[in-house]
Amino acid sequence: MEYFAIIIGAIFVNNVVLAQFLGICPFLGVSNKVQTSLGMGAAVVFVMAISSIVVYLLQYHVLVPLRIEYMQTIVFILVIAALVQMVEIILKKISPALYQALGIFLPLITTNCAVLGVAILLVQKEYNLVQSFTYAVSTAVGFALALVVFSGIRERLELNDVPRAMRGVPVALVTAGILAMAFMGFAGLV
Amino acid sequence: MKKLDILLKGILRENPIFVLILGMCPTLGTTTSAVNGAGMGIATLFVLVMSNVVISLIKGLIPDKVRIPAFIVVIASFVTVIQLLMEAYVPALYETLGVFIPLIVVNCIILGRAEAFASKHNVWDSALDGLGIGLGFTLSLTLVGAVREMLGSGSVFGYKFIAGDGMIAFVLAPGAFLVLGYLMVLFNKATARLR
Repeated sequence: MEYFAIIIGAIFVNNVVLAQFLGICPFLGVSNKVQTSLGMGAAVVFVMAISSIVVYLLQYHVLVPLRIEYMQTIVFILVIAALVQMVEIILKKISPALYQALGIFLPLITTNCAVLGVAILLVQKEYNLVQSFTYAVSTAVGFALALVVFSGIRERLELNDVPRAMRGVPVALVTAGILAMAFMGFAGLV
Repeated sequence: MKKLDILLKGILRENPIFVLILGMCPTLGTTTSAVNGAGMGIATLFVLVMSNVVISLIKGLIPDKVRIPAFIVVIASFVTVIQLLMEAYVPALYETLGVFIPLIVVNCIILGRAEAFASKHNVWDSALDGLGIGLGFTLSLTLVGAVREMLGSGSVFGYKFIAGDGMIAFVLAPGAFLVLGYLMVLFNKATARLR
């Protein structure tokens, strides 16, 4: 039941993009086509799942025993950047097919603030290892969901005659606002 | 004149929010009121100026291949400094801004300025550039915060001008997207003639 609450909470109620405002750059940047959104979403799920475990081990087996919790920001960002590089190299070697599908999105993930944001939130919420993993994966699924729904809307938007001053980012933001309103309907679910 | 231009270009011509469209996460996430927006802006301004200065000082020492990780370490160090300072002196603001303070590290504006400006110019110009872009960011965040606070709580900088609550949705998530979107429309409309 506890895990169910974490999953539903992270995907719908506190959606990482539409309620917590993390990962807005890829949300606006790569949401032009449903196909690319699916790729980006899958890459984020993959990286967040691995980074949640690494970050958990790092926090409770390195930073806390050494009493250097204040180094959190510096250590986390370096580890995430290195991790993404490593995932890219390993994937290239062991699964070229998966690399083909996710490859171009991986370098973009280093600058995705959702990954670092979730790492910090896991520590703040004092989750254990399994809870951390569950939370990270569901958050990433929430990200993928928002991205895919949004890109579906944007594909339709392409066909419409949008006023000149609104073209591009402004109309995307207004659309996201309406989508966020829809997601507010989930509030109070858990 | 050239120095003045470096300082002022961040406010309108290269405004990080409305023109370059960088750093969207804190813009949407922390602007529930004018004060919160200004606080976030000033924290980013501090990191931006300091990291620009340090990076332009050490630019000759960093090998080209590892420059991005080196920049990130410099930026992350100053983020930790501001994090500890805010926790000590403005705990209430620190609590409200929450996860967005450590996330200054992944704010694309800062790494962008380091890469595009500080690694190529001298210390004095880099400091001015950081100050200009930081001011543009702070002003934009304060503006978005003020509009959201006005519509959502009927007050500006905490001074209430109507009784009651206002339209609460503007303080919540949808309001952030809508207000920023429409402010961008107004900005585009206003600057269309200049371009």
